[in-house]
Amino acid sequence: MITEHSRARNIVDGLVRSILPVILALIVAGFIMLAMGSNPLDFFAGVWTYGITGGNWQRSLVLMAPLVIVAVGLIVAFRGQLWNLGYNGQYLLGAVVASGVGPYLFAALPAWLATLIIFVGAILVGAVWSLIPAILKARYGTNEIITSLVMSFIAVGIVNLLIKGPFKDPNTPMPQTAVIPDDQLLPYIPGTEIHVGFVIAIVLALVAQFVLSRTSFGLRMDIFGASPKAARHVGINSTWMVILLFALSSGLIAFAGSIDVLGQYTYQRANWDPHYGDAVMPFVFLARLSPLAAIPLVAFYAILATGGTLAAQQAGLNVDFLLVIVGLILIFMTITEYVGERRRLGQSYLPPGLRRTLVRPFDGMRGRKSS
Amino acid sequence: MTPSTAPDVISLRDITKAFPGVVANDHISLDIVSGQVHCLLGENGAGKSTLISILAGMQQPDAGTISINGVPAAITSPKAAVDYGIGVVHQHSTLVPAFTVLENLMLGETGLMMQKKRAAERLDELSELLGAQIDPHALAADLGLGQQQQVEIAKAIWKGSRLLVLDEPTSMLTPQAIENLSESVARVKAQGLAVVFITHKLREAYAMGDCVTVLRGGRNVGHISVEELATYSEQQAQDAILRAMFGDDLKTVGAEDAAELAGATESTREIRSIDLATRPVRLELLGVSSHGHGRDVEVDDVALQVHEGEILGVAGIDGHGQGALAEVVAGQRSASSGTVRFDGKDVTRLGVRGRQQLGLRYVTDDRLHEGTVGSMSVALNLVIKRIGQRPFWRFGQIQNKAVDQEAARLIAEYDIRTPSPATRAGTLSGGNIQKILLARELTHGARLVVVNKPTYGLDLKTVQLVREILIDFASNGGSVLLLSTDLDELVELSHRIEVISRGRIVGSVTNDGPGTAEKVGHYMTGAIEGVQA
Repeated sequence: MITEHSRARNIVDGLVRSILPVILALIVAGFIMLAMGSNPLDFFAGVWTYGITGGNWQRSLVLMAPLVIVAVGLIVAFRGQLWNLGYNGQYLLGAVVASGVGPYLFAALPAWLATLIIFVGAILVGAVWSLIPAILKARYGTNEIITSLVMSFIAVGIVNLLIKGPFKDPNTPMPQTAVIPDDQLLPYIPGTEIHVGFVIAIVLALVAQFVLSRTSFGLRMDIFGASPKAARHVGINSTWMVILLFALSSGLIAFAGSIDVLGQYTYQRANWDPHYGDAVMPFVFLARLSPLAAIPLVAFYAILATGGTLAAQQAGLNVDFLLVIVGLILIFMTITEYVGERRRLGQSYLPPGLRRTLVRPFDGMRGRKSS
Repeated sequence: MTPSTAPDVISLRDITKAFPGVVANDHISLDIVSGQVHCLLGENGAGKSTLISILAGMQQPDAGTISINGVPAAITSPKAAVDYGIGVVHQHSTLVPAFTVLENLMLGETGLMMQKKRAAERLDELSELLGAQIDPHALAADLGLGQQQQVEIAKAIWKGSRLLVLDEPTSMLTPQAIENLSESVARVKAQGLAVVFITHKLREAYAMGDCVTVLRGGRNVGHISVEELATYSEQQAQDAILRAMFGDDLKTVGAEDAAELAGATESTREIRSIDLATRPVRLELLGVSSHGHGRDVEVDDVALQVHEGEILGVAGIDGHGQGALAEVVAGQRSASSGTVRFDGKDVTRLGVRGRQQLGLRYVTDDRLHEGTVGSMSVALNLVIKRIGQRPFWRFGQIQNKAVDQEAARLIAEYDIRTPSPATRAGTLSGGNIQKILLARELTHGARLVVVNKPTYGLDLKTVQLVREILIDFASNGGSVLLLSTDLDELVELSHRIEVISRGRIVGSVTNDGPGTAEKVGHYMTGAIEGVQA
């Protein structure tokens, strides 16, 4: 009975910790909008109008496809306590495989085979790109945050060079790749304008959820993430684990790039970077690194981003205001986490020094009353 | 720090501190006087460590006062404690692993520039005082537990304090080093400092202490003042302390066992002798040298044999290659040369999982971070070495029913005190975590188990239980490679004792009568002095 009770409490606690930061961030964002002279209610109504109503929900779901895959990719690495921050480069590499090699492949091969080759190619390129940070980490303990980030900058540069050079469409003066014709793109889900990439993304998240929570591989990963020492003790080869998790993570993120090009963008411009990973990161943590829980949170962001772009313009705000909201979510997430953790440990919310200073005057009052 | 005419007195009055479910300190009062060694005795869990962390400013008492020379002192933070001149050496390391010894010692420096040269001189001074050899540029993470402790002592008296608190400082030291320690304690005392010396070994209490306070269940259950202790004979003091320490448990454990557990008497061998010549060799190392990535001591050209039903002890100062030896046998560390044979089969190239399946098991000394995953359930921790194996996993998918059944069986068999199998392992006490490790390693066809410091930091009853489990395992034909820094433990359990120093086996003693500890100690110190000379 006690365990059931505490279990229910844990679930409620988890929900509160996931949702509360979002609500607080939206409220504070509203105040900031007020301060900037815009009407927050207009903005939020706009998000609703342009993100959900009419056919707009379909646009939100299309945006969800790459976001969910990027989220799964991040979760795979983060679960193993490997901080793969090279997601922007990895995403663009995957995208450029589709947009740069795609036109040639589609011209020579049947569409399904070309698509398959592009997907596999994108995943491989992403995985290979992660080898350098992974091997450095596994062999020499180099900080993977720095190496993966630097590798990301290099990747972004290479992608831009490719788009301006060998992959450039000769028929336009703009530095961009050739447009892939509509009939060779990913098909729509019948009756909608959502490409099948969305289905692939959801299936991927579900498979990832199963693998992480139910299989021996998932458990090994969690042990490795919890304590590399324990992992070695149990007989897990940590070198391979680092390389494998990095390759999986990076490959998935590159896969998201290729799906996005084949499903939505049809071509790629130089210097284009949607920064999906930056936006998804706080939601991955809010979902406590669970792929399943990440789906609704990513859906929320997809609606906010889809509707918010137009709504921000209408409310007279810069589109970058969306990133302000994401940043606020991160801040409130940290605060909620701190407060929750102190409460879980049965401590006061206040750090001991501050508590003493605050509580002492009241102690004195209490003493006087009793005497 | 000149000794003043009137001695400093730190008075604790009615200190009370409760945690959810336990009252760790229940109205404890005591006086700590400068120039005296105040021994604090009690089992693990008696509230010693809590009292110390209150003195160190790491925790605030729920009630009670601390005053220094009659002036109330608010020790609200570790910094305040340092300002009051209270230096504490904790049982568990508080060093920053990524920093060097010197950097760790200079953490509390407030000056603008780091005065490394002066710090190095001070370290030399303190090393001499402590009789320790510390490389100032080694990373704290690379030091053995014993060396880390020596650095911690240096850190506590770095600025020359009013009170030095030593929380179980001897639990990992050799007899020689304990002597050195008591010498330096005497010197520190002579400088006019007060010393609080926490231990659960009676012998040390009356060898080093001027007065004794005994804690049990968070209460101050007995105090022997300076005058009383001076008049008592050893036997009287021992009886008085034992009564206070164990209370009613004294009858259940038996006075003799209690005395032995409390480290009052010399230990003797408790395991039945076997004829090694008739027993087949189970584990054999031939010229094994290990190779790891870290900077800890590797084993170098080690040869040893463990027979069926034998407990082979390995004695040595902490950090002299015991970890590497255990890991190279368990398969966690690769051998750069030599052969490891198990039941006549060459297993040198086999990994952890391969050896585990052959029945070669390992109970690590790092119970909390290596042996268990604290954030995972007790049940999972019990099958964690058999990931992917039937019946717990089928087609890569976990079978929760089978896991729960196995967990329930082991929890009952080893009397693991846990609210439920789903409880997170990290929330259990050290003793119960050790039972998880033993249950997991000794089940399902164990033939040889490597145990590294199996009773370190456990309460007395669990210590006894763990030792009984190992003796039972051996008398049923299992083999044990027992690595320990506790000589008493080695003498009690082992048939033979090998002595390891700087990664090499420097001597072998057959444990067949009184004087074993001295012989082992002789090899240990001999090896060290030999190298130093």
